[in-house]
Amino acid sequence: MSRNIIELEELTKKYGSVSVVDRLNLSIAKGEVFGLLGPNGAGKSTTILMMLGLIEPTSGRIMVCDIDSTRNPIEVKKIVGYLPEDVRFYDDLTGLENLIYTARLNHISVKEADQKARELLERVGMTEEADKKAGKYSRGMRQRLGLADVLIKDPHLIILDEPTLGIDPRGVMEFLELILKLKKEQELTVVLSSHNLHQVQKICNRVGLFVNGKLLAEGDISSLSQKLFSDETFIIEAGISLDSFDEADSLKVAKNMDMLLEKLKNIRGVISINVRDNVLRIGCSGDLSPAIAKIIIDSGAGLSFLHKKEYGLDEIYNRYFEGDANHE
Amino acid sequence: MKFITVISKEMQIMNKMRIRSQQEKKLTHPFLVIVNKEISDHINSWRFIILIVIIGLTCFGSLYTALTNIGKVVETPGHNNSFLFLNLFTLSDGTMPSFVVFISFLGPLLGISLGFDAINSEQNRGTLSRIMAQPIHRDYLLNAKFLAALVVISIMFFALGFLVMGFGILTIGIPPTPEEFLRVVFFILVSILYVAFWLNLSILLSIQFRQTATSALACIAAWLFFTVFFHLIVNLISKANMPAETASAQQIIDYQKFVLNLLRIEPGRLYNEATTTLLMPTIHSLGPLSMEQIHGAIPGLLPLGQSIMLVWPQLTGLIAATTICFGLSYFSFMKKEIRSR
Repeated sequence: MSRNIIELEELTKKYGSVSVVDRLNLSIAKGEVFGLLGPNGAGKSTTILMMLGLIEPTSGRIMVCDIDSTRNPIEVKKIVGYLPEDVRFYDDLTGLENLIYTARLNHISVKEADQKARELLERVGMTEEADKKAGKYSRGMRQRLGLADVLIKDPHLIILDEPTLGIDPRGVMEFLELILKLKKEQELTVVLSSHNLHQVQKICNRVGLFVNGKLLAEGDISSLSQKLFSDETFIIEAGISLDSFDEADSLKVAKNMDMLLEKLKNIRGVISINVRDNVLRIGCSGDLSPAIAKIIIDSGAGLSFLHKKEYGLDEIYNRYFEGDANHE
Repeated sequence: MKFITVISKEMQIMNKMRIRSQQEKKLTHPFLVIVNKEISDHINSWRFIILIVIIGLTCFGSLYTALTNIGKVVETPGHNNSFLFLNLFTLSDGTMPSFVVFISFLGPLLGISLGFDAINSEQNRGTLSRIMAQPIHRDYLLNAKFLAALVVISIMFFALGFLVMGFGILTIGIPPTPEEFLRVVFFILVSILYVAFWLNLSILLSIQFRQTATSALACIAAWLFFTVFFHLIVNLISKANMPAETASAQQIIDYQKFVLNLLRIEPGRLYNEATTTLLMPTIHSLGPLSMEQIHGAIPGLLPLGQSIMLVWPQLTGLIAATTICFGLSYFSFMKKEIRSR
C-alpha cells in the first residue's frame, strides 16, 4: 500500500457545461487530518461523494486505499466511514438499534454488533441515550451517534462532511476533541469538509482551499499563508508617540519621521510600510520585530506598543472567498 | 490403523468446516438484514394496520353476503353442485361486492400504500446517503424494499384467503375439493402478482418524485385513470370505429377483438379476467364467440390446467407490466445521484 490513502488525479465533474469539480489533483497521506475548506457550493461534497463512488466523475481517477472507487465502490465503502452532512437516523429505532443495523450491513454478526455498538456509544458519551428513539435526539447527539455509526465498521479512513454545522460552540469543541481522540486511538486518517475556518484550524494538519471546484492551495496553515501572500507573512504594528521627539517644530518632527521610515525601509525583509495615526503597519517576510523596535527607539521616538500579527486563515479566507466569510 | 487415522483427520477437517459454515450461516446477509428491517417497518406502521383493518372488514362483509346467498345457488335449477365452494369468493347479491371485486379494488391501494414512499422518504429523512455509504450494492435497497412489501402482501393475502376458506368450511360444512383448493391458491397468487404491479409502479414513482405527497398523488392518479377514465376513453374510441350494420361478420369480430384488446391495456382488466376464469370453471373463453362455437361447445367445466392455459396471456401481460415497472425503477435508481437530502 502506498503512503497516500487518497489520490485524486485530474478529477472533473460536470453538470451540463458547468464544472462543479475542475481537474482536481490531491493526495492525502495516511494518518493525516485533512480539511477541505471552501464556501458553500465549492464542490466539497461532490468531491467527497465521488471518493465514495456515490457520484460518477466525468473524468479523472480516484484511488482510495489503492482501490478505484469508481469501479469498485463496495471495497472502498468497506474501509471508509462517511458521515453525511446533517446525518439522520431511523427515527423509530433507538440509537443502539440504528448502530446495530449499520453494523449488520457491514457483515458483523448481531452479537458482535451489539457489543461493539455499546462500546462505541460509551466512547462518544451516549450511553445514557442509547435506548432513546433516534427521532428524539438533538443535533449534537445525532452528530455523535453519527461518529459512532461511522466507526463501527473499523474504517481506515473517515470522511466527515460539515461535521460541525449547526452545533453550538461548546458542542463543536467537544466534537472536534472527540474526533482527535478517536483518531489517535484508532490510527485513522480523517478528511473533513467545512466552511468554518476556526474550527478546522484547530485540528487539521493540512487544509485544501476549494473555490469553484478548483483547489486554490493546500498545505499547513503557515505554508498556506506563505503561498497566498507571497512573502508578506508577518505584519508588525508599531505605535509611536511623537512627543518624545522633543522639538516643538512640527517641520522637524516630520523630518525625523521621514528619516525613521527610511531607516525602517532599509531593513532586509521589510516589504511595505503604511502610516496611519501614529501607527506603523510594516509588512515583512519574517519576524523582524527586534530590529524594528531598535530602530524606532534609536530614532528618539517613543514606542508605545509593538504588535506582531501573523496572517491567519481569516485573512486567507477574506482574500479568497470575499463576502462568503461574513456569513459566519 | 493408518487408514483409521486418515479417516479421523478427515472427520476433524469436516467438523471444522461444518462449524465454520454454521458461523457463516448465523451471519445474516446484508440484503436479508434490510428485508428484515423493511418488513418490521411495514408491520409496525399505522398505515399498514389501517389497511389491514379495511381489507379485513370488507372481505368478511363480502364473505357474509356470499354465505347468506349460497343456499339460493344450490336451489337454482340447472346448477350442478360442483365447485360450490368457489362461490364463496365470487358470489354477491348486489348489495355488497364479492371478495374478488373487493380485492381487485383494494389491491392497488394496498400496493400503492406500501410503495409510494419507498425511496423518497428515505431521501427526505436523510438516511439514504448513510445507507448507501455502507458496503452494499445499490440495488440491494431497491430489491429489499420490493421483496419486503411483497412478503407482507403475500402473507396477508394467503392469511385472508385461507381464513375465508376456513370460515366457509365451518359454516357450510362442505370441505373444498383439492382442485377447488388449488384454484383458490392460484387466485391468491394472481392477486399477489396484481398488487406487485401496483407496488412496482409506486416504487418507480417514489424514485422519480422527491416529495412523498407527489408520488402518492401520482400513483392514485394512475389508479383513478385506469379505473374511471380509461373506460370512457375506450368507449369513445370504439364508438368512433364502430363498423356499419352491413359489415361482414368477420369485420364485427375483428372490431370486438380490437375493443377487447384496448380494454386489456388496463392491468385491472387482465386481473379480473384471470381471476374470474380461475374461480369460475364454467368460463370457456374470454374472447368473442360465434353462435356455431357456442352451439358446438360441450357444456361442462374446464379442468384447472385448461383454465390456466386460457388466462396464460393475461398472466404474461401482468408479469410483463410488473417487470417493466421494476426495470425502469431499477434503471433510474442506479443512475440516481445520492446526495445528502
